[in-house]
Amino acid sequence: MTTASTPTAALIDPRGPRFGAAVTSVVLAATLLTGPALGLVLLALQTGAFAAGALLGLRYQPYGWFFRRFVRPRLGAPDDLEDERPPRFAQAVGLGFAVLGILGIVFAVPVLFYVAVGVALVAALLNAVFDFCLGCEVYLLGQRLLGRRAAAAGSAR
Amino acid sequence: MTGAWVVAAAVLLALGFGLYRRVVDGRLRPATADDGLDPARIGHEFGHRATFVQFSSEVCAPCRTTARVLGEVSAATPGVAHVEIDAAQRLDLADELGITRTPTVLLLDSKGVVRNRIVGAPRKPDVLQALQLIDN
Repeated sequence: MTTASTPTAALIDPRGPRFGAAVTSVVLAATLLTGPALGLVLLALQTGAFAAGALLGLRYQPYGWFFRRFVRPRLGAPDDLEDERPPRFAQAVGLGFAVLGILGIVFAVPVLFYVAVGVALVAALLNAVFDFCLGCEVYLLGQRLLGRRAAAAGSAR
Repeated sequence: MTGAWVVAAAVLLALGFGLYRRVVDGRLRPATADDGLDPARIGHEFGHRATFVQFSSEVCAPCRTTARVLGEVSAATPGVAHVEIDAAQRLDLADELGITRTPTVLLLDSKGVVRNRIVGAPRKPDVLQALQLIDN
């Protein structure tokens, strides 16, 4: 007997985000190798891809589009479809670090650029190689921080 | 040059952490605290033999796999219940029980005492084995 909250959300081929994470890893590694000056172009492209996935939905994520258009037709049908919310959340986290990296370039703080893009690369590699679930790790932490802040704001009033 | 070092460090970190997680994820651990849970707080009656209390979140893909495995096991085993809780909705419980990531599954015995804790998606054979041990 099970009582489960059955989520209703867009369903996607789970191989799509994993393919996207592999492309992201390559782009972020190339960004780091080219450094803050030339890397800005690559990082801006990656930031745009993250933003599309996080804000508009995975259908609009360019790597996901490429996967559906060119890669998926060559593969068989997936075993299972997955809720799009977990990978979409991961795109939002990626967006946060990519924006930090851009700020590092704009304000000439190379350390910020290297650390932020480095962290994003770790997450993308974990996702690509191990199918790592970023939302599982950090979502609850975020909810706790938001909850605390809301509680603090409530009691301050 | 700095970039190359950062890339190398990121690759090592990702491989190390990923392999570590592959080893520890979904393993059955004995519960550390012997605190019991109350069916009223869970919002669901316990099974008379055992209950799986699964903490999930909406951005967690392995939670779906876990729910499927535990759903199958509880459907096939009389007296075993499976309750899924959205951890973000029940931060009070999550805080109290020290739940930091999803999925986390608590295995309760017939008295509602937490006997095992599984962090990460569990494997079905491990779940079945834990159920056998819980009757002792």
